[in-house]
Amino acid sequence: MTETGIGASVRRKEDKRFLTGLGNYIDDINVDGQTYAYFARSPHARAKINGIDKETALSMPGVVAVLTGPDWVADGLGLLVCGWMIHSKDGSEMNQPVRTPLATQSVQFVGEPVAAVIAETLEQARDAAEALAIDYEPLPSVTDLRTAVGPDAPQIHECAPGNLCYEWEIGDKAATDAAFEAADRVVSIDLVNNRLVPNPMEPRAALARFDPATDEITLHTTSQAPHVVRLVMAAFLNIAPEHKLRVISPDVGGGFGVKIATYPEEAVCTWACRKIGRPIKWTADRSQAFLGDSHGRDHVSHAELALDKDSIFLGMRVKTLANLGGYISAFGSAVPTYMYATLLAGQYRTPAIYAEVDGVFTNTSPVDAYRGAGRPEASYLIERLVEVAAREIGIDPAELRRKNFISPDAFPHETAVGVSYDSGNYEGSLSMVLDMADRAGFEKRREEAKGRGKLRGFGISAYIEACGVAPSKIAGALGAGVGLYESAEIRFNATGSVTVFTGCHSHGQGLETTYAQIVSDLLGVPLENIDVVFGDTGRVQMGMGTYGSRSLAVGGSALVKAADKIIDKCRKIAAHVLEAAEEDLEYEGGKFTVAGTDRGITVPELAFAAYVPHNYPLEELEPGLDEMAYYDPINYTFPAGTHVCEVEVDPDTGEVEIANFVAVDDFGRVINPMIVAGQVHGGIVQGLGQAMLEECRYDAESGQLVSGSFMDYAMPRADDAPSFEVALQETLCPHNPLGVKGCGEAGAIAAPAAIINAITDAIGVRHLDMPATPEKVWAAIRGAGAQGTQAAE
Amino acid sequence: MYDFSYHRPASLEDAAGLFGKADDPVFMAGGMTLIPTLKQRLASPSDVIDLAGVGDDLSGIAVDGGTITVGAMTCHAEVAGSGLVHEAIPALAALAGRIGDTHVRNRGTIGGSLANNDPAADYPAAVLGLNATVRTARREIAADDYFKGMFETALEDDEIITAVSFPAPECAAYMKFDHPASRYAIVGVFVAKTGDGVRVAVTGAGTCVFRQGDMEAALAKDFSASAIEGIEVSEDRLNRDLFASPEYRAHLIGVMARRAVEAASA
Repeated sequence: MTETGIGASVRRKEDKRFLTGLGNYIDDINVDGQTYAYFARSPHARAKINGIDKETALSMPGVVAVLTGPDWVADGLGLLVCGWMIHSKDGSEMNQPVRTPLATQSVQFVGEPVAAVIAETLEQARDAAEALAIDYEPLPSVTDLRTAVGPDAPQIHECAPGNLCYEWEIGDKAATDAAFEAADRVVSIDLVNNRLVPNPMEPRAALARFDPATDEITLHTTSQAPHVVRLVMAAFLNIAPEHKLRVISPDVGGGFGVKIATYPEEAVCTWACRKIGRPIKWTADRSQAFLGDSHGRDHVSHAELALDKDSIFLGMRVKTLANLGGYISAFGSAVPTYMYATLLAGQYRTPAIYAEVDGVFTNTSPVDAYRGAGRPEASYLIERLVEVAAREIGIDPAELRRKNFISPDAFPHETAVGVSYDSGNYEGSLSMVLDMADRAGFEKRREEAKGRGKLRGFGISAYIEACGVAPSKIAGALGAGVGLYESAEIRFNATGSVTVFTGCHSHGQGLETTYAQIVSDLLGVPLENIDVVFGDTGRVQMGMGTYGSRSLAVGGSALVKAADKIIDKCRKIAAHVLEAAEEDLEYEGGKFTVAGTDRGITVPELAFAAYVPHNYPLEELEPGLDEMAYYDPINYTFPAGTHVCEVEVDPDTGEVEIANFVAVDDFGRVINPMIVAGQVHGGIVQGLGQAMLEECRYDAESGQLVSGSFMDYAMPRADDAPSFEVALQETLCPHNPLGVKGCGEAGAIAAPAAIINAITDAIGVRHLDMPATPEKVWAAIRGAGAQGTQAAE
Repeated sequence: MYDFSYHRPASLEDAAGLFGKADDPVFMAGGMTLIPTLKQRLASPSDVIDLAGVGDDLSGIAVDGGTITVGAMTCHAEVAGSGLVHEAIPALAALAGRIGDTHVRNRGTIGGSLANNDPAADYPAAVLGLNATVRTARREIAADDYFKGMFETALEDDEIITAVSFPAPECAAYMKFDHPASRYAIVGVFVAKTGDGVRVAVTGAGTCVFRQGDMEAALAKDFSASAIEGIEVSEDRLNRDLFASPEYRAHLIGVMARRAVEAASA
């Protein structure tokens, strides 16, 4: 390992500009003649729009244009699409309501954009938006998942009877039924996976401008996948052809899945800048982000586990209702199906699994990917169910898990829900984390806490996730509308420095450093001579962006492929320059040496030879040193690990203190351990937020978003976070060149079950739905006390 | 925000004059509630009269015998860090040190907080618990007469708080149970023991700060946590929000009061 190569904890190259306030975010960018957009949003959860009178608004000071849904339709533009087709059990396609970026005849959630007002200043746009006369006819609404599938629920979309988008299934029902019939014990649980508002620090923003000289639109937008935004705007929304649309996503302040989709506001700005002939800027404020960003999670599930007399898992049955919101967001259909139920085997051998998922429409903001996207929901359900089983059987929860783990020598492992785990060592990470957390000393600590009047509990969460989305063929077969390869270009300059172009996008992941480390390691270029460019369709080749912890497993693999091409070409140049046969050249750390001699040449030196080709094999080789590669993975990667949490509960108030949190993660090979630790820290805090603090709530009657600001929606703060300990195990991925798996989402996936398992252990209740707020914990303790035993449901 | 006229008078007289002439004026102290309200377009005053320029008349902390007087424009951080306050009424300094966050504590003022009288604010508990006197440009108002209801006080529309005088108690403590999102008090209980008896003031739980009379009586006889152990707090008229029901708030009043008594006795 070199000091800056693979495996080194190099400080992040990008942090200098972030820490000195020199980051370049969309709202920092201003252009001549810029106007401002403000969106009039529906104040109703569900309503018919009888008409919009623009006259007063148009006459107000500074107003340039007022645009509505009918204007969009009149210009022949397209619909916001869902990128993943799901088929119901009966083979029918999911029910897809149509949606234009500005509502035309009806609105389906509070905050849905209805009109765009464009003016010289933001305040003028906002004044005029308030003056717009929109004739709404309010209709009955439903925001709660269970109510929406009930008999008396208002029917939101005509195309979706019973408010169902799809009734999907996976797994072998007959085999699972048989497993339950043969079972000695069945354990079940009902649980809610609470709805979350993702809240990246930087809200969404757009700056769109049209150049009449080139007929090109340039959109600066906060996207995790700018090429995909361009593709959607060209292919589905018909705003401009791909070669006349440049999408730039410079520094983006966090994504977490919220910034994958192509949203109404960005689409409207892109369309309208050409229409009005002026640049348009839009930046969401926090209230708009709460209302208009996609939300996360929101499941209600019933799950059952069948075990034999030796506590071996025989089968698992799951029924989940998943809230999709008022419309299907870009990947909203896939998150609760293929990204969720395919992971329901967890780390266990369970031979028969059958899961049903009903996708449900409600009058809420669309639900889409949020850090983990489906996998946190799966892992939470499995690890709560397994924990409850262990307690009911009376077996050590760690022991029950061990009995059922897929053993390290049993890979690849085909699960009962259709995926093939690549590699893993679940027993290894469990043992390591229990040692680190001194589980052996827990009972003593519990006793000591009791002496202080505190209830102490221990919780285990053995998680698995699927990263590295995705093999395009598999994704296509499952309904994806796009391929999910990734691209990389390594462009040497004549003087030996390098510019790397990636189709992934860094918005907190540290890719500028990690990718540079890989290139430095493979090609022997000093780290400071490598720049990584991303987020600009005008500079970077096609790419699919960053989400699902794919940037290293897929984007990094593309980078290695490109580096291999560089090395292949350099070998030919080196053979010529060194007057040796290619077979006689040895390559290591960026240098070719003629075997058995001290004659050698470095890759940066060969770059000079390639760009000043005086002594160069021009007859057989093109000059220049610039190679591009696309990589399409052959499988997902399956990072896994175990997180454990120890809590202390104050029975007087129900307050929970995290006394200890230890994570052992297996991400395959780790390029930069410091960056990986940071990713795990952030993920755990988001998991902690879901487990203890965060809950998005709509009022059942009015459909208003009641947790619409940080006054009511509890985002975790620094002092909510414990001082966690994280460690790594490295079981390499066997099917990509770096052996990497991905680390971005693990913390958010693992932490909720660890925390809830610890709290329920502390207070002696069977289950507690998230978030475990002090009042809920206090009430659960009182309930358990009233029943006199620890068996309260 | 909507347009308004901004004024920064140099004296209380000028401030009152500007107020009298405007259509729909509002005084601004630290602006910690007013500015977010304006930004959200939830308020549309014609004139904002910033009291930051009034200066010496409204600022500073002074001690006179057993009484600490805090100027209305004194920010929370100053009270929290004041040696005089620490010495005379450490519970008051501790309370000020836990209001909001660092930014709020360096902008928000005691006068602004009391004039606003947010039901979950911390200062009202100290003022009522310590039996303080609210001084205005024209009169003195006893704490028991000052707090009238949710965001309502005894102040006239154009009346400006100049200072608050706190008599130092024998001992006192404030216990606050934070709202996990806003960090305002879900329940905050200020307990003070003086020569005249014991006062227990509760903020965050109801529509306005109030005194818990049954606890005061019990503590006057026996100033110990066990003296109020059995007192059932009624949940009638207590607040409900996403994080705490009236039942839970009633329970927390007991817990926080006992902890405050223990802390005050320590």
